[in-house]
Amino acid sequence: MEQKQQDGAVEKAGDDHRFSNHNPKLALLLSIIPGLGQCYNRRFMKGTVFFLFTAAFIITFADFIDMGLWGIFTLGTQPGRDHSLVLIIQGLVTFILLAFGLLIYGINLRDAYKDAEKLKAGFGIPTLKEAFHNTYDKTFPYFLVGPGLILVIFAVILPLGFMLSLAFVNYHLRNSPPSNLLEWVGFDNFIALATTPMWQSTFISVFSWTVVWTVVATTLQIALGLFLAILVNDKRVKYKRTIRTMLILPWAVPGFVSILIFAAMFNDGFGAINRQIIEPLFNVSIPWMTDVMWTRVAIISIQVWLGFPFVFALFTGVLQSISDDWYEAATVDGANRWQKFKAITFPHVMYATAPLMIMQYTHNFNNFNIIYLFNEGGPAIRGQNAGGTDILISWVYSLTFSQQNYSIAAAISMIIGLIVAVFAFFQFRRTRTFKEEGKVY
Amino acid sequence: MLKAKTKSRLEVIAIYAVFAVMFVIIAYPLLWAVGMSLNPGRSLFSASMIPENWSLEHYKWLFFDDPRGRYVTWYKNSLIVASFTSLFSVLVATLTAYAFSRYHFVGRKNGIFILLVLQMFPILMAMVALYLLLSLVNLLNTLTGLIIIYVGASVPMMTFLVKGYFDTIPKELDEAAKIDGAGHMRIFVQIMLPLAKPILAVVALFQFMTPFMDFLLPRIVLRSEEKFTLALGLFNFVSNEFDNNFTRFAAGAILVAIPIALVFLFLQRYLISGLTAGGTKG
Repeated sequence: MEQKQQDGAVEKAGDDHRFSNHNPKLALLLSIIPGLGQCYNRRFMKGTVFFLFTAAFIITFADFIDMGLWGIFTLGTQPGRDHSLVLIIQGLVTFILLAFGLLIYGINLRDAYKDAEKLKAGFGIPTLKEAFHNTYDKTFPYFLVGPGLILVIFAVILPLGFMLSLAFVNYHLRNSPPSNLLEWVGFDNFIALATTPMWQSTFISVFSWTVVWTVVATTLQIALGLFLAILVNDKRVKYKRTIRTMLILPWAVPGFVSILIFAAMFNDGFGAINRQIIEPLFNVSIPWMTDVMWTRVAIISIQVWLGFPFVFALFTGVLQSISDDWYEAATVDGANRWQKFKAITFPHVMYATAPLMIMQYTHNFNNFNIIYLFNEGGPAIRGQNAGGTDILISWVYSLTFSQQNYSIAAAISMIIGLIVAVFAFFQFRRTRTFKEEGKVY
Repeated sequence: MLKAKTKSRLEVIAIYAVFAVMFVIIAYPLLWAVGMSLNPGRSLFSASMIPENWSLEHYKWLFFDDPRGRYVTWYKNSLIVASFTSLFSVLVATLTAYAFSRYHFVGRKNGIFILLVLQMFPILMAMVALYLLLSLVNLLNTLTGLIIIYVGASVPMMTFLVKGYFDTIPKELDEAAKIDGAGHMRIFVQIMLPLAKPILAVVALFQFMTPFMDFLLPRIVLRSEEKFTLALGLFNFVSNEFDNNFTRFAAGAILVAIPIALVFLFLQRYLISGLTAGGTKG
């Protein structure tokens, strides 16, 4: 706005001003060497900055980029000297640098063309001070985004990219840098997962337990949360605040503390569950930690204990916002309680919280803490290299840190990523932020 | 009529019965842990939920008698990590969110899209890579490495949280300030920040609590005992010799759980609103 007014004052009518023969295409062409186009536009300061920046970029990073590209394609040629992992990371950083460089280059081309067009149309050349001011105005948001962007690139995107790369090399205990070189092996790791009998059977059993665990534990915790929220919302119930606080307690206590307490309570030998409840009542003791079936029962029960308060708290808020008129109208129509629940309560609650409910499933799908802290994924099962309660993410952990089978672990991580992406897709369609952008994905 | 009244009364009794059962299920493990921590001996086998001659010896041991003073060190580490994570997360998320909420710049839409995609993927999916990456840049086994990942991983989600809040602040406010001649920085610091205090508090609190509760990331990053955070330290306390250390673990765990639970219960209203507002992870 501001800029237009300033420039407008200098604008001349007609085509007879100084720069009426100025050629934007020529400016674009000249900018192939960054800065030249700008100089042609009489923006010498800007041109110098672009040129110096490009020169500095090339001088500083040319070797690094050359080395990075060589490294990521070959993964090294001399064992001992070339560290394949370092080369992969340098390669990824190179890609990031190149993307950044290309972006600046693109901006340079665009800028030269736009400025030339303006000049041709009769806008004057802004003074240095104006130019600085405009640049500051335009680039300010980038300064704001800068720190976040850099952090996201190096703490999130780079690790994810590195993980993707690892899934396509042969990195395991007996083939690890720096003493060995890695190689790109295409989809071999995925093929091994699908066809080698040992991997195949382990993968299928871990995967199916992960699905059962996710569905059963999450659905139960949602159901319990909903049930309790409806009960507390009943008009006849008194002391609602106290009751709510009490019911939220498991969420307030740090998860790792609760899980470790439960791990002690469920202990086969000295645990309180066996000694104080099961043995006196039924005169047997249940092998919570050593029998796969019982361990699974225990883990699901604990997760329901840990997870229902969040759902409960959410639903309580939603239930209070449902108008009484709905229920009164339903009563007049002679609806019974179940019909009211099915037709009013449930749709309302689910509509308001669907993305968060999907998140609950995603969360449990990757719920490493409970699996690992309770029993480290155990008990062991004969003939497979994952424990009886290992879900995909905890299996990845043990493949990485105790078996050092990095590539297979990365391949499984990728599969987890794909599944999460499916969840994410459904969540996307319900996320408010995106609707605000005027599009619904 | 009388029949309906009796029926209603029975229902209320049933509802309270459900709550009673839930209370027992919720309180039992927690009270059991408290009981354990008050037992004088170290063996879990001889310990009882209501000890006959209770003592605070385990609490005392944690602070004064442990020759290596591990618990105090872990508490200190957790506080350091939590403070820095909280501070930097607020700073970075606020700046980014402000740009996305108020400026229309090239790449804005793509930026929002990328953040939205990234916040869906738990960073721990990349744990293999994180571990190797940190070891290559010599940040393995440092609190700095841990803080960087916490802050970086939180950026997408927290940005959305703050952006959502900024979006609710009327644009007329900063436009008026602009007309009055306030610069970019001034509008941000003097107008937006004071108005956004509640959401900044939520972000700060979330990020402060995460390092106290998280287990997996410290497990991957931290290797030596004097660098541990509380979650990791307490786990190692019991993982090797469950039977022998549980009473001490219980004492240590309770001293972590009580402050966190209190803060949580007092601020739950804000936490829930924060969680629902941004549609973030549960």
